[in-house]
Amino acid sequence: MPTPIFSDNASPVPASAPVLAVQNLRKSFAALTAVDGVSFAVAPGEIVGLVGPNGAGKTTTINMVLGVLQPTSGTVAIDGLDVAKSRSAALARTNFAAVYAPLPGNLTVEQNLRVFGMIYAVPGLGDRIEELLGQFQLERYRKTKAGLLSSGEQTRLGLAKAMLNRPRLLLLDEPTASIDPSSARDIRAGIKSFVESGRGGVLWTSHNMYEVQEMCHRVLFLSHGKIVLEGDPKTLPEAHGAASLDDLFVAMAHENLHEGAAP
Amino acid sequence: MNVTRVGAIVLRQFYLMRGSPARVFPLFAWIAIDIVLWGFITRYLNSVAHTGFDFVPALLGAVLLWNFLTRVMQGVTLAFFEDVWSRNFLNFFATPLRISEYLAGLVVTGVVTSLLGLAVMLLLAFVAFGLSFAAYGLAMAPFLFVLFLSGIALGVFGSALVLRLGPASEWLIWPIPTLVSPFAGVFYPIGVLPYWMQIVSKALPPSYVFEGMRAITAGEPAPWATLAWGGVLAVGYVGLACWTFAAVYRKAIRSGLIARYSAESVA
Repeated sequence: MPTPIFSDNASPVPASAPVLAVQNLRKSFAALTAVDGVSFAVAPGEIVGLVGPNGAGKTTTINMVLGVLQPTSGTVAIDGLDVAKSRSAALARTNFAAVYAPLPGNLTVEQNLRVFGMIYAVPGLGDRIEELLGQFQLERYRKTKAGLLSSGEQTRLGLAKAMLNRPRLLLLDEPTASIDPSSARDIRAGIKSFVESGRGGVLWTSHNMYEVQEMCHRVLFLSHGKIVLEGDPKTLPEAHGAASLDDLFVAMAHENLHEGAAP
Repeated sequence: MNVTRVGAIVLRQFYLMRGSPARVFPLFAWIAIDIVLWGFITRYLNSVAHTGFDFVPALLGAVLLWNFLTRVMQGVTLAFFEDVWSRNFLNFFATPLRISEYLAGLVVTGVVTSLLGLAVMLLLAFVAFGLSFAAYGLAMAPFLFVLFLSGIALGVFGSALVLRLGPASEWLIWPIPTLVSPFAGVFYPIGVLPYWMQIVSKALPPSYVFEGMRAITAGEPAPWATLAWGGVLAVGYVGLACWTFAAVYRKAIRSGLIARYSAESVA
């Protein structure tokens, strides 16, 4: 595992087998290296934040974890299963929600959950759908086409889909972007409750540093495709002389922007 | 192959059709118009030709069978286009769903929708123009099967093309049956074609079907041996089309196209 530019030893090291193990992951597009030798792990019951400026490689990393983008080199293992070699079995143990991947708008809320529940081979699917409709306050929209939902309701539907198979690894790409503070709070509470059950781990990307500080046990700062800082989001700012995680993020982004611009 | 996952792809199409008359109507409407149009043309030809040759089974039967192949192809491609239009690739392909299961779901959807269309065509051709395939009995099954396999191969290949070239390439797919039909000898014997076109015809499974149907309507024995060769070719093309789709998909995974399909990048 390459040493981050900064590191914070205060972050808890997971003792149990990781639900996600990423080793020396690299992705190049012609002359551009979008992700450059990234290694990290997510333990059960852990929320790991993946943050960085736009174009840092967060979504590219998530796409490789989800098996929809082939790494140039390196490995991704979900619950011990190599995504490259056991793709279907590995992805059966994961799920994701992303603001840029809304569920088909021409199916109703219930139809979407049923179709994806069948794809994930969820046992007792009818009961599980009812449970999730209640948990994400979607009962009254069960017969509504997903495309007619507000952005907050669509986010809740995406999260309900992501929870269908009780994943070992949950990938959330800006799950609370473009929704109101009250809905965001409910969503954070739902994800906390999922993690506290201890069964799954979460990889979370966000540009909201207050949210990352509140939710994540550990944060990885990504810049130019590399992890440049890693640690506990609650203690990292002070350890690096910043007033807040937001300030630290801005300082890191500027520093690495200038590094990236240097000849 | 996981049957439940195949069922999920089919169920999605069922949900879409159940809630949308705009999707159900084209399953029957255009083929019904074709049958009516060609039914009257054949009646007219029968009335002016006075040759004793019955144009109804020769032309109307050919139209019906060609429409069946077209419907099978469109059944597969339309099911695929639903995922293109709703930008659903990332949702589907970041799941345990295998490519073979996805394609099987598209094919089953194509089978069901085309059989519905076939039933309407047979009923209309019989009621309005007295064309009955019942006289052929089970002998029809191999002919339909070869057309069915050919439609699947065209549908899967067309879907692979759109996956490779992006959503805007959809228009390339619709004319494919029209481009194939002159070579397949839908309305005339292959022998009337120039030599180079006959060479192409020999590579097309539907040409064996239409040559065989013409032989039967002329009272000759069914050419089972050549039809069997057409069947072998059709099975080969289905395999080749599925291989092409899988190869295009693998390339899309390498390039990142699956994750950003709406960008229409073909890098």
